[in-house]
Amino acid sequence: MSQYLISHWGWYPPLVYTLMAMLAASLVLLVIAGGSVVFIWMERKVAGRIQDRLGPTRVGGKFGWLQTIADGIKLLSKEDLRPEGADAMLFRIAPYVAFCASYGSFIALPFATGWVGLDINVAVFFVVAVLGLEVFGVILAGYASASKWSLFGAMREAAQVISYEVPLGLCIVIPVMIAGTMDLTKIGNLQSGWFTNWYLFHDPFTFITFFVYYTCALASVNRAPFDLAEAESELVAGFHTEYSGLRWSFFFMAEYGSMFLVSALGSILFLGGWNGPVPVAAWIFGEHASQLSGFAFVLANVLGLMAFILKAVLGVTVMMWIRWTLPRLRIDQVITTCWKYCTPIAAVMFVGVISWQLMGLPNGGDVLPHHEQGSRRLPGSLRERPFETGDALPSANSVGFESEHGEQERGQVDG
Amino acid sequence: MSTTEEKSSENKVVEFDVRTDEMLVNMGPQHPSTHGVLRLVLRTDGEVVSEVTPHLGYLHRCAEKIGENLTPRQWIPYTDRMDYLAGMSMNLGWSLCVEKLMNLHVPEKARHLRVIIAEMQRIASHLVGMGAYGLDLGSFSPFLYAFRERERILDLFEEACGARLTYSYLTVGGATADLPTGWLQKCEAFLDQFLPVIDEYHALLTTNSIFIKRCAGIGVMSAEMATSYGCSGPVLRGSGVDLDLRRDGEEWYTNMYDGYAFEVIVEKDGHYPNDHVYPGVPPEAVLGDCWHRFYVRMLEVRQAIDLVRQAIDRYSAATDSYGEPVKLNEKLPKGEAYLETEAPRGQMGFYVVSDGSAIPYRARARSSCFCNLSVTSELCRNTLIADIPAIVGSLDIVMGEIDR
Repeated sequence: MSQYLISHWGWYPPLVYTLMAMLAASLVLLVIAGGSVVFIWMERKVAGRIQDRLGPTRVGGKFGWLQTIADGIKLLSKEDLRPEGADAMLFRIAPYVAFCASYGSFIALPFATGWVGLDINVAVFFVVAVLGLEVFGVILAGYASASKWSLFGAMREAAQVISYEVPLGLCIVIPVMIAGTMDLTKIGNLQSGWFTNWYLFHDPFTFITFFVYYTCALASVNRAPFDLAEAESELVAGFHTEYSGLRWSFFFMAEYGSMFLVSALGSILFLGGWNGPVPVAAWIFGEHASQLSGFAFVLANVLGLMAFILKAVLGVTVMMWIRWTLPRLRIDQVITTCWKYCTPIAAVMFVGVISWQLMGLPNGGDVLPHHEQGSRRLPGSLRERPFETGDALPSANSVGFESEHGEQERGQVDG
Repeated sequence: MSTTEEKSSENKVVEFDVRTDEMLVNMGPQHPSTHGVLRLVLRTDGEVVSEVTPHLGYLHRCAEKIGENLTPRQWIPYTDRMDYLAGMSMNLGWSLCVEKLMNLHVPEKARHLRVIIAEMQRIASHLVGMGAYGLDLGSFSPFLYAFRERERILDLFEEACGARLTYSYLTVGGATADLPTGWLQKCEAFLDQFLPVIDEYHALLTTNSIFIKRCAGIGVMSAEMATSYGCSGPVLRGSGVDLDLRRDGEEWYTNMYDGYAFEVIVEKDGHYPNDHVYPGVPPEAVLGDCWHRFYVRMLEVRQAIDLVRQAIDRYSAATDSYGEPVKLNEKLPKGEAYLETEAPRGQMGFYVVSDGSAIPYRARARSSCFCNLSVTSELCRNTLIADIPAIVGSLDIVMGEIDR
């Protein structure tokens, strides 16, 4: 699109890129803000159903669709309190730091082939690194609040998140290693075809890795049973004890944003991302599935986007389910879980996947016969030839997407 | 955080400025997990709590002084507000105490009615104790499930006496009214429905490995310690002391349970009576820890169901009166009486002194929660902050009863 504006309309290129960047940013913002609104509503409904009650039923019709909006208005109109003795500047910026970290990591998250804020080739690394910055917001909030409970919450969060980055990183490295790339778009496209191509079913080790990843992801986004930083029965409300109104809601947007992000990341890394369990698009488009353009490309991507959102939302729903079921762990138990269980298991899985690859054992993709040519090429799987399933490290040129559309799609959200 | 020794001389200013050794934290009275208005002052070093001092009195309403200005029946509503989660048990305790002073024997039917009501109240109270304990440990849903069932008990109570929390139903002489027709069937229907639900609580809490991790071996109280602090109720029995006033109490009280078959819920050789239907004691649990206190309550709920069923049969068979209450300004005989009853939270004692008029000269209450709470500072020493709600929650205190 940027190329089009520059070449056909003769717009000044920097202006075009700025505009595109702003468009991308606002779309991502829409995703995270809209996502939070939906997730908060969903959390209420899920909690309600789990607890044998109805959840919101009045605001905005039968299902309480507008409950979150009503809450948002309430939060907007609330007084922005700042405790006496708080570090004014840090107290004010802390929610934004947390929010920006969550928001920033969305930039590199692809929603379907080419539908990504910024298509960078180290997207995995970028997402994890930027998401990790969220902890700074929490520490700042805890420190600047001049409240002992907040400080406890912040210290807990710091200890916990830093610990869980290690097993989380190890788990993330495994699919990256199988795919041989850190580009999330490519990782997603490598899992096209039947669901057995998903890295979850790649081999027994990746199967376990996914659950370790999910556990660590829960801990790194501070969800129950690892929600120690805001443990309300111990620390009142933890790091956001002193926050009110909009600033408080920023922490929540960040939390729900991160929840979605880690679920989405998990679904790209292990659950095939935007590829459905069966190669539907390959049946529809047959041989041309890999060279879609124009309307067919958009249609295929919309299907993929729906599959992707569904998987990510499913991950978030399970997080909610866990939250409303399990008691909370104690801080020492959380750290123990990390260093005594998650990290060693993840390390063993790492070695296991390496051995599996080196020994050339059959992986999940070999289970189903490749009876159709197109079955390995899905909407969004814009490869020139099917990925050799035995390959540990596919060469870069096996992914044809880059050579065809890559440069044009870069920095662009949608077509 | 204890880097005091490492600090060199040039850091002294910093040390003076930022104390890294210990911190005093106020937990409560507006803290979400202190069950009302308990205030705990914690001396913490990081997450480790070295000292806990409970502060009371935020809910003091001079209930006992009021009792010296009202006739016993007029004071009944004030007893409701002591242990507001077990108002019926408070009514019962005070009524029995005054009846003891008056040497007033209630009719047979009233006796069984009281057993029904008191044991239903025990179920309701333990449901809150159990649910709130889940809440203390960060598990929300069991609380809602417990309230769902408690709601049905409150509905039953509402039908019997018109109130849902402060009943003033059991009173001196019997009860203010007989149970309405059809009440017993509804009660039995509730029990039938409720019994299988208990398994859900065991699945969600008792056997949950996180739950066990959080409360097994935490806040271990020896039998000697429990006895010497005057603990009672599930807190005492959770430490393995075989004492239940329904069996071991004064005759005036145990007469109420005459002919009822029940076993005191206390651990013997690693087993509880009737625990075969429920998950057994996990290997991590130590006698006297939070898990055992919780488990005793859960089993008492089961036992209360049996007692209510027995009482319903006897109540239906009894032909005499439900026990008309005495006159509001009935003259009390000169003298004094003290009686302890087994309320859901422990031994609730009432003391009445009369100078012969209708208004007691002295009315006093002995709170079970007060004694149960007194162990907090000992149990919470050198635990983690997260253990404080676990320990205080397992004591299942109600501040209304402590402060009165």
